[in-house]
Amino acid sequence: MSSHIVSKQNAEEKTSTNQSPSHFSPNSEVVHLQKVGVRYRLPSERISSFKEYSIRWIQRKITHRDFWALRDVNLSVDRGETFGLIGPNGAGKSTMLKLIARVFRPTTGRVVVTGKIAPLLEFGAGFHPELTGRENIYLNGALMGFSHREMEEKFEGIVDFAELWDFIDVPLRTYSSGMWARLGFAVATDVQPDILLIDEVLSVGDEAFQRKSSARMQEFRDRGATIILVSHNMEMIQNMCDRVAWLDHGKLKTLGKTRIVIETYRNSQAK
Amino acid sequence: MDAYKAALMAATKPDIKNNNMDKAANSPVYDSASQVTPELEELREIIRYRNLVGQMVRRDILTRYKRSVLGVAWTMLNPLGTSIVLAVIFSSVFGGSDKSYPVYVLAGLIAWNFFSQTTNAAIVNLVWGGGLLNRIYIPRTVFGVSAIGTGLVNLTLSLVPLIIIMLAYSIPLPPSMLILPIPILFLAMFSLGVGLFISSLAIYYSDVAEMYQIVLLAWFYLSPVIFKDEFLPPQVLAAIKIVNPMYHMINLFREPIYEGRIPDLTEFLVSGLWAITALLIGWIVFSRRADEFAYRV
Repeated sequence: MSSHIVSKQNAEEKTSTNQSPSHFSPNSEVVHLQKVGVRYRLPSERISSFKEYSIRWIQRKITHRDFWALRDVNLSVDRGETFGLIGPNGAGKSTMLKLIARVFRPTTGRVVVTGKIAPLLEFGAGFHPELTGRENIYLNGALMGFSHREMEEKFEGIVDFAELWDFIDVPLRTYSSGMWARLGFAVATDVQPDILLIDEVLSVGDEAFQRKSSARMQEFRDRGATIILVSHNMEMIQNMCDRVAWLDHGKLKTLGKTRIVIETYRNSQAK
Repeated sequence: MDAYKAALMAATKPDIKNNNMDKAANSPVYDSASQVTPELEELREIIRYRNLVGQMVRRDILTRYKRSVLGVAWTMLNPLGTSIVLAVIFSSVFGGSDKSYPVYVLAGLIAWNFFSQTTNAAIVNLVWGGGLLNRIYIPRTVFGVSAIGTGLVNLTLSLVPLIIIMLAYSIPLPPSMLILPIPILFLAMFSLGVGLFISSLAIYYSDVAEMYQIVLLAWFYLSPVIFKDEFLPPQVLAAIKIVNPMYHMINLFREPIYEGRIPDLTEFLVSGLWAITALLIGWIVFSRRADEFAYRV
């Protein structure tokens, strides 16, 4: 089954590369999801010990309840697009971001992502409270796969943007939550990713910092970076996104121009 | 155990055939279907993320002692203190007329501590640091590999009290100590393999981590840290030599220090084979299951 899909995929890619020889072409595809499914195996009964597991395994009594967080989703996002994901809680939006971020490998289907990804799933997730701001910047950069030298080049810009020069050499546990978030945003966005993944986190810091961060998002789009955004805030989706996918119970319900999808979504919610 | 392993293998999903797609010249490309050999891909990624390994080692060392007065000195004081206690208690039993018995104990303890600390750290780092796996892609072996890095720093530091004790007992430092990087390499490979294997189980069942503490305690008493070969009945010694790889690891490390001689080729071969076998098994089992970790933590 997989082989004929792959060959079909090959053919598609050939035609698309013929049309756009340069990979900087604004229309080239950077994220491609092909018949993607993600299955969580939930044990029907909770087995937490190895002994219990072994006994049940010998007795062949291990039963799983399969839960498909995503099922048969086809989707492609083009370079430079700002793409929104909407849907009720549990629809599979965050799972999809994690697939693209390479955190999850799909159970079925195929995910192809071209370019450097910066996940903004949670600001400062990799920070350590006992380390200083400076040390945390280098640690966080390493978590995103950057070398020490690359981080040295970015260091000043990050601290400038976060406005934390006065606190850069004190441990993070002394930071306020706003300062923590500013540093997280600054590190994640200063790395100039090709694809930025955002999960409901744009409301960090005070008003001035929020203005600054939306200016930076605009800068990203101008530079031709791709942004994939998950939000329940329809106004934000409406303002930012070119196209929107509406997910429901792990399936792609509608995909298209922002205004039209949001309208249908709102109508369905109103019922 | 074999049946369990087979079940794990069966549970990993079949690989989808790789295909040659046009790759953009300088953009990194991630293709979920191109993973033919997870263990090689994991190796490629850990090399690409080597800066992360360095940063995590740095973090471990900086944060461990950040709020203590003596700081990093504890890395040296800890094995020194432990071996003094052990030497005082056991010298009357095992030491006999050997004046340099504390050196014997300390050298063995350094090797043993490296093994027990790094394997434990591999488990703890993966289980507790695993929250990261749920948010961002990093090579999963980074936790085990950086545990070894931290262990190597600690081991190097704990050579300082060893040398002090040797000087205190007016034992000249033998030139054979220059061979030490090889026993240390084997010890690191062996510990990494064991650490990866155990942590790939511990992420599913927290019992494994608890059980491992008891295993370690028994393992310690079956390893030649406090006793010498001549105190064991020959049959017991022969059995230990067969079942306990740490017997060979510790002796290979200690002989250049305590006996002042370079171990012979057979000793290198036995330790090296154990090290390679453990590392291969641990690495393969771990990386074949690594994709499931993010779903579990």
